[in-house]
Amino acid sequence: MSLSIEGASLPILVLTSGFIVVLIGLWGMMSRRNIIQIIIGFSLTDTGIHMLIVAVGYLHGRTAPIIDAAVDRARAVEMVVDPIPSALVLTAIVIGLGVTALMLSYAIQIYKKNGSLLIDECSELKG
Amino acid sequence: MIKRATILLTLVLLGFLFLQMVVGYVPSSTLNPISRHYVASGPDELGAANIVTAVLVTYRGLDTLGEVAVLFISAAGVGLMLRRRTGEKAEEKQRRPSSELVGTAIHFLLPLIFVLGIYIFINGHLTPGGGFQGGAVLASGIMLLLLADPDTHLNHTIVHLLESVSGFGYVVVGVLGLVFAGGFLDNRFLDLGTFGELFSAGAMPIIYVFIGLKVGTELSAVLERMKD
Repeated sequence: MSLSIEGASLPILVLTSGFIVVLIGLWGMMSRRNIIQIIIGFSLTDTGIHMLIVAVGYLHGRTAPIIDAAVDRARAVEMVVDPIPSALVLTAIVIGLGVTALMLSYAIQIYKKNGSLLIDECSELKG
Repeated sequence: MIKRATILLTLVLLGFLFLQMVVGYVPSSTLNPISRHYVASGPDELGAANIVTAVLVTYRGLDTLGEVAVLFISAAGVGLMLRRRTGEKAEEKQRRPSSELVGTAIHFLLPLIFVLGIYIFINGHLTPGGGFQGGAVLASGIMLLLLADPDTHLNHTIVHLLESVSGFGYVVVGVLGLVFAGGFLDNRFLDLGTFGELFSAGAMPIIYVFIGLKVGTELSAVLERMKD
């Protein structure tokens, strides 16, 4: 398993970095006490998963799934990468954006109510 | 201490799991059957040069409608969370006016940013980009406007009208596909036109214009809510 960009190991490289970003995000979500930092952790996990999906769809030596001067229409099946992961990632980015915006507005409300962004001070749901 | 150890243990276990996935991963060298079908017959069936757009707008069009709905619900949620309670006054803050550079540049840049956004979503079926990206570019223009002058108030009537009309238009185009062509969100009730031209691929550019306007107005509304 060589880690050269040239070879077919590019997806392995992106997969590895994607998993590392996911782990960093999970660590941030579990260990931080500031709500904004937890949201940043969530965003990192989200981004890491996008990297994973794109890496799975990559096929070595192929180009983007858009038929133009660079891609022969008749031989497109042999020349382009998988279009479905790209479409899925597009969906995932938009959903992630919506969820992040909602979380940030919750954070603003919590700050207005408690005067603090620390998760320990949110005692409403504690039994 | 115990908490920290638990976190570390979880991360190590997950990392081990991920490592197994990466080590066992064999990159495929051909398209899987579904993608093969989309790539092989997408351009002929739907007339779209951008196959990602063909998948997103037509083959999986219902998912995209759901995605727009999710975005709408989250924008509505942000609006609900950040609304002004009755009797709650906006705190009067003495803001430093933005610099003359920003104030002057906005008049020059805003039309260009809007034109770029519109270009991106109108050409969504031909070039990289599409409704969501174009809408985000439009919203970035609004963000620049709000940064330059935080007291700007968007005209809520126009924003809400654009948002409702584009959401409604999207569903209407879908139903027209159901009536005049093969199924819901089928783009072939309009002429497919010449492959690679701006006015081609049936209803696909129309759908993307609606999506772009809807995403742009929704994100602008969220940005304006966040500003207060």
